[in-house]
Amino acid sequence: MKSLAELAAIREKMQSKVALREGEASLRVVVGMATCGIAAGARPVLNAFVDGVNNANLTDKVTVTQTGCIGICQYEPVVEVFEEGKDKVTYVKLDAQKAAEIVEKHLKGGNVVTEYTIGAYKKD
Amino acid sequence: MKELSLNILDVAKNSVTAGASLVQISLLTDASGWMTLTIADDGCGMSKETLQNVTDPFYTTRTTRKVGLGLPLLKLATEQTGGSLHIESSQEQGSSGTTLVARFDTTSIDCMPVGDIISTICILIAGSPEIDFEFSDVTPTREVSLKTKELREVLGGEISLAEPEIQGWMREYLQEQYTSEA
Repeated sequence: MKSLAELAAIREKMQSKVALREGEASLRVVVGMATCGIAAGARPVLNAFVDGVNNANLTDKVTVTQTGCIGICQYEPVVEVFEEGKDKVTYVKLDAQKAAEIVEKHLKGGNVVTEYTIGAYKKD
Repeated sequence: MKELSLNILDVAKNSVTAGASLVQISLLTDASGWMTLTIADDGCGMSKETLQNVTDPFYTTRTTRKVGLGLPLLKLATEQTGGSLHIESSQEQGSSGTTLVARFDTTSIDCMPVGDIISTICILIAGSPEIDFEFSDVTPTREVSLKTKELREVLGGEISLAEPEIQGWMREYLQEQYTSEA
């Protein structure tokens, strides 16, 4: 059974790690979580990013956060990736599988998955 | 929306936007199958005018767009089961806040499944780790609950509830409560 005592143990383990982590994340993944995003399936996408970043041990480098409606509801689920010194990348019409691919190729590998970006979608 | 938990995720964010320091979300199902969803916050509350229009899809406090669908969709979800949505709100200083009560007949064929409520609660907490959430889901056969205040007491002030390790623990903590029912 999970208990609060177990949480205390996690705390001990984390304290040193958290101090190191402060202000070091250079990549920010922002998932649109307003009514439009949620209805289109943003929740599994957000879960996939959080799990993917965890499993790939990228938590020092990448933060995953939520935002409201950014005004392009027809393209939801929408995810924006911000990286210092680079242009923002906007991914559209995502699902959990595409999210996992973006974690692997973009967040880990540094290569934008062009086919899922808004630019590529609009051309079709 | 295909799951009530998605409506809950959407609507509970309004409490966060209202500047609440505590958001209480509870699901209570009685033996006859009626489920009551209550979302209560101590945020800034709404004016009488806003409260009257709040379930109108073409009323929104946003200035960027003309449509607000969160509450209308929740209202629809209740009414298609024969249930109802009631909202009370106060802007009085010191006791401001909003309480929403949604009633569902879960035996109705038109009642949406609750769905992945664990994801909803974890995502809400991860999205606003600085405010307190209390969650409970009670039926005649089991009781699930989570209070972030209790977690915070164990964790101290330094570790955010949004940390992946804490989120993972939270998810399993809830999962175990759901699966250990009698």
